[in-house]
Amino acid sequence: MTDNVDHSKRRMLIAATTAVGGVAAAGAGAPFVLSLQPSERAKAAGAPVEVDISGIEPGTMISVEWQGKPVWIVRRTKEMLDLLPKHDEDLADPSSSIPQQPEYCNNATRSIKPEILVVLGVCTHLGCSPTFRPEVAPADLGAQWAGGWFCPCHGSRFDLAARVFKGVPAPTNLIIPPHMYLSETRLLIGDDDKSKLKGGQPADRGAAA
Amino acid sequence: MMNLITKLIGWIDERFPLVSTWKAHLSEYYAPKNFNFWYFFGGLALLVLVIQILSGIFLTMNYKPDALFAFASVEYIMRDVQWGWLLRYIHSTGASMFFVVIYLHMFRGLMYGSYRKPRELLWIIGMIIYLALMGEAFMGYLLPWGQMSFWGAQVIVNLFSSVPFIGPDLAIMIRGDFVVSDITLNRFFALHVVAIPLVLVLIIVAHLVALHEVGSNNPDGVEIKKHKDSNGIPLDGVPFFPYMVVKDGVAAVAFLMVFSAVVFFAPDMGGYFLEYNNFVPANPMKTPEHIAPVWYFTPYYAILRAVPPMFGSQFPGVVAMGVATVIFFALPWLDRGPVKSIRYRGPIYKTFLAAFVVSFVGLGYLGLMPATETYTLISRILAVVYFAFFFLMPWYTKIDACKPEPDRVTSK
Repeated sequence: MTDNVDHSKRRMLIAATTAVGGVAAAGAGAPFVLSLQPSERAKAAGAPVEVDISGIEPGTMISVEWQGKPVWIVRRTKEMLDLLPKHDEDLADPSSSIPQQPEYCNNATRSIKPEILVVLGVCTHLGCSPTFRPEVAPADLGAQWAGGWFCPCHGSRFDLAARVFKGVPAPTNLIIPPHMYLSETRLLIGDDDKSKLKGGQPADRGAAA
Repeated sequence: MMNLITKLIGWIDERFPLVSTWKAHLSEYYAPKNFNFWYFFGGLALLVLVIQILSGIFLTMNYKPDALFAFASVEYIMRDVQWGWLLRYIHSTGASMFFVVIYLHMFRGLMYGSYRKPRELLWIIGMIIYLALMGEAFMGYLLPWGQMSFWGAQVIVNLFSSVPFIGPDLAIMIRGDFVVSDITLNRFFALHVVAIPLVLVLIIVAHLVALHEVGSNNPDGVEIKKHKDSNGIPLDGVPFFPYMVVKDGVAAVAFLMVFSAVVFFAPDMGGYFLEYNNFVPANPMKTPEHIAPVWYFTPYYAILRAVPPMFGSQFPGVVAMGVATVIFFALPWLDRGPVKSIRYRGPIYKTFLAAFVVSFVGLGYLGLMPATETYTLISRILAVVYFAFFFLMPWYTKIDACKPEPDRVTSK
């Protein structure tokens, strides 16, 4: 058989067909992949949560659900806050250099108002929810314990600013979710865009308490 | 780079028949060079299968097989799941397009005698695929749990209860309940999503294995294997890869254009692909005014309605419907014609085939319509024509004045 084929034209045609076909295949595949994203229902369930914090007694915390996960709100006492800077050398990241918090919470107390801590109650090790242990030096946690969280799954320890101690499985401090104050006693968890506020109310999605 | 690929293929080939499989089924599998339009539909059926499996998997991720939640979960897919409306319309359009393609594929077989020796088993496996596909479509149609889902399943399952003696118990066993219920929905889901697709894929593989064993028929109905060159390659054959792959690729693009047009501009196809009553949640207390199966079942449904009850039983109608579906299995032995292809058949076969097409389409139309007196009469006439095509075949194919077959395939 005589080879009178224009090979360069054939290569060009194969390449062009493959390219167009590839774009078409990617386009057809896109809806399938995108359908794996959170649905409108899931997004609605992940909407910001509004919380009234006036009922939280000093030294206690409440737990609210946001995006299906626990968010803790703690009203820390003066004594608790005073103890915070005393154990910096035992912490893995005392100054919160790893961005596990919004910019406005990158401070010594990891909070907007010093006494109110808002933190995602999910251990940064494998996702368990640690236990609140506010008491100082209980028998099971040792004399050094100045209050904080203890994770029952693998023994990770966090102080009352949700900072992780050295030598425990959890690698980083607990996450501080985006949040903002709508008023003195009303807190919005999940959104910190103040431009959305209209007369003290979130402008778009109705926040569920 | 090329050297590396060659090495990799060599490594695999010592452990897995990669190159030999590629050659046997693609690059050195010879298809007749005179394939025409009608030979696109086998490949297209495979394409629709892939579309259905893919879109089905993604629908299963969001669908709930529970009578309380099924309808709402379909609406959830339509409204809340990202691109869910597209996935669902692809799947529902795919169901109808599957039957469009399969009916044309089967008609091709009728025209060119593709069921004749040595392809009897290939035809039988194909018919099993067709029956499995009907089961798959029927069970899938229950899942949205709309009014037509419910009442369609109710009617079809009740057909089984007309079987003498075991009928009522059989119907209860199919439903798993005394009525079509959550239990029925749950088991139809299992069959639709797991059991039948597995069977379908297996018998489609068997269909292809059988095809590649005997080789394709062609519009002339003559065997290309009778004339080979000195290397044993059929003189009238071309390698499936790349020639037929490229040709089928063009058909696939054209088909997908039609498919997309339906998905984007007429997803319910005027009530034929998705019936309007199925946008109403299933209500066991209220039958819709007019119920009809989806279009691809209506020829058989019309035959069912055309047969009057006999001896106080509607079983004869059910038998007629059943025979109308499975009679295709007998085709290889009913056809006694000396030639395979319609090109060389005489006027009698051509007339019968044309009458059969008219009866099939006509019954399909009548199955969608309410059963008035006139329509029932026409249905009865068309049903007789339908069965005459098959039952008279041993005689009319034998006496037909056929033209001589050519020795080799013809192409312009």
